[in-house]
Amino acid sequence: MKKILAGPIPWVGPMLILIFTVVLWPVFEMVRTSVLEISGSGKEKGFVGLENYQELLANPNLVGAFARTISWVVIVVALTIFISLFLAQLLNAEFPGRRYVRWALIVPWASSVIMTATSFRWMLDGYYGILNRILLDLGLVDEQVEWLGNPESSFPMLIAVAVFVSLPFTTFVLLAGLQTVPGELYEAARVDGATPWKAYFGITFPLLRTSLFVATVINLINVFNQFPIIWVMTQGGPGYETDTTTTLMYKLAFKSQEVGQSAALSVLNFAVILVFVLIYLRASGFSKKEEN
Amino acid sequence: MNTSIAKKSALTAAGVLVAVIFLIPYARMFTTALTPKAELYSIPAEYLPTWFDFSNFITVWDSAPIASYIVNTLIIAGAATVVVLLVAVPAAYYLARFRFKSRNLILLLVLATQMFAPTSMVIGIYREFVALGLVNTYTSLILVNAAFNLAFSVWILSGFFSSIPAEVEEAAMLDGCSRIKVLRTITLPLALPGLLTAIIFTFISAWNEFVIALTLTSSPEIRPLTVGITGFIGLYEVQWHYVFAVSLIAIIPVVILFISIEKWLVSGLTAGSIK
Repeated sequence: MKKILAGPIPWVGPMLILIFTVVLWPVFEMVRTSVLEISGSGKEKGFVGLENYQELLANPNLVGAFARTISWVVIVVALTIFISLFLAQLLNAEFPGRRYVRWALIVPWASSVIMTATSFRWMLDGYYGILNRILLDLGLVDEQVEWLGNPESSFPMLIAVAVFVSLPFTTFVLLAGLQTVPGELYEAARVDGATPWKAYFGITFPLLRTSLFVATVINLINVFNQFPIIWVMTQGGPGYETDTTTTLMYKLAFKSQEVGQSAALSVLNFAVILVFVLIYLRASGFSKKEEN
Repeated sequence: MNTSIAKKSALTAAGVLVAVIFLIPYARMFTTALTPKAELYSIPAEYLPTWFDFSNFITVWDSAPIASYIVNTLIIAGAATVVVLLVAVPAAYYLARFRFKSRNLILLLVLATQMFAPTSMVIGIYREFVALGLVNTYTSLILVNAAFNLAFSVWILSGFFSSIPAEVEEAAMLDGCSRIKVLRTITLPLALPGLLTAIIFTFISAWNEFVIALTLTSSPEIRPLTVGITGFIGLYEVQWHYVFAVSLIAIIPVVILFISIEKWLVSGLTAGSIK
């Protein structure tokens, strides 16, 4: 049998080649660039050690972007998971038309985030946006509000849109988890006189553990790297007031031509996302379970 | 009996509310795409235009190379999906069926690539493809889309392959079938939901990819729709009716595609999350 299969190389080799050349090479290139001086036109001007990192740390916009990234990731992921738990429960219940509600939830998932975010930017527009019209008609505001014009209102709006686009995937992962819970367990719990809340926290929630874990880790990574929403709605502006480290990194490389600093920020971003995931692994106790 | 009817209506009402909320941005896209240019900039906004200007969907084709953007997107997303399948199916199968020396190391590597989002590595990717002379080519976009969707497909597929008992394959091989024939006639058809999930996920993710395409393309001949659409967003004026007409042209086919696998979507994700 081994002979026919000729060992693992022909089977996993192509995958390894693709991973090494397209995923790991850029990682290496990024780290290398972070210790080089690069001219505006992309020419390498030699090794500069940690100079790019020092310049980056002196960048006045870094601290704000960093703090914003942390609240961005924590708030978006927490809200997404919380709301998705309700939505998954709803979509798992039997009711007429459930199928169409599932379809509606698929629409933002299938759509390009860039296009969804563009629609939100249009709806939130300070002059021509429909939100202002609705709020005016309801008497909730007296005059047009520039929702995306100042960071106090635009950052919460960006968070709301990020939650909106993250909900469908998360809900479906949790829904998949709910469907692995055997119905007999609930029967047994009901016979034993458990209240619905008790049944939820005693049976459903523990069995959702794996799905919750998968959904949270994937969301952490996606939300941290979220670019199109911020890019379309505010471009990190006004100024740098709504930048996360991801959009700041892009601006450094392709707007300010600070390629070295941008690469240094990418390396720091990597470290940060790794820390996020490790903290979560630790907190959820998942790595321990894997070891046993 | 009555309580169950009350419960069902409450659930339906909640369902309708959820569906409406999730469709709002797309409904607004739709009405804006049909708004005549003269009415786009009314202050405050109108809920609906006085008349629907269907010609927006026609004139938009003359204002930008939309057809070329769509063809580019199809080429990039289609080729990336084919590459992922060719690479992920054998790898996932072998990893699910056999235990070998470096298996854990490879699994770890696959898991690690899941952590690398192309957005966070845009500098490295850009500099690599500049060095290779592949900037502004289909090849670079196909390779990037394939490589970064690989981990998810391997993960889903190996979940499906492990759920198919090895005995089924062994019985067929005792009857004289070769491993490849068994794979083709028995294993792959049984793993069809997983294959479809992997195909559609890769295709849609490549269809919607933005940052890498924005960075690696410089001419409309190569540019996919997601980047092309930003051409309507000028510095001072946005041609909203065109932006949304094109958005709907891009969104509707993938939504239909996605809904067509809705049945398998949940089982696909279940198999993945058990593993």
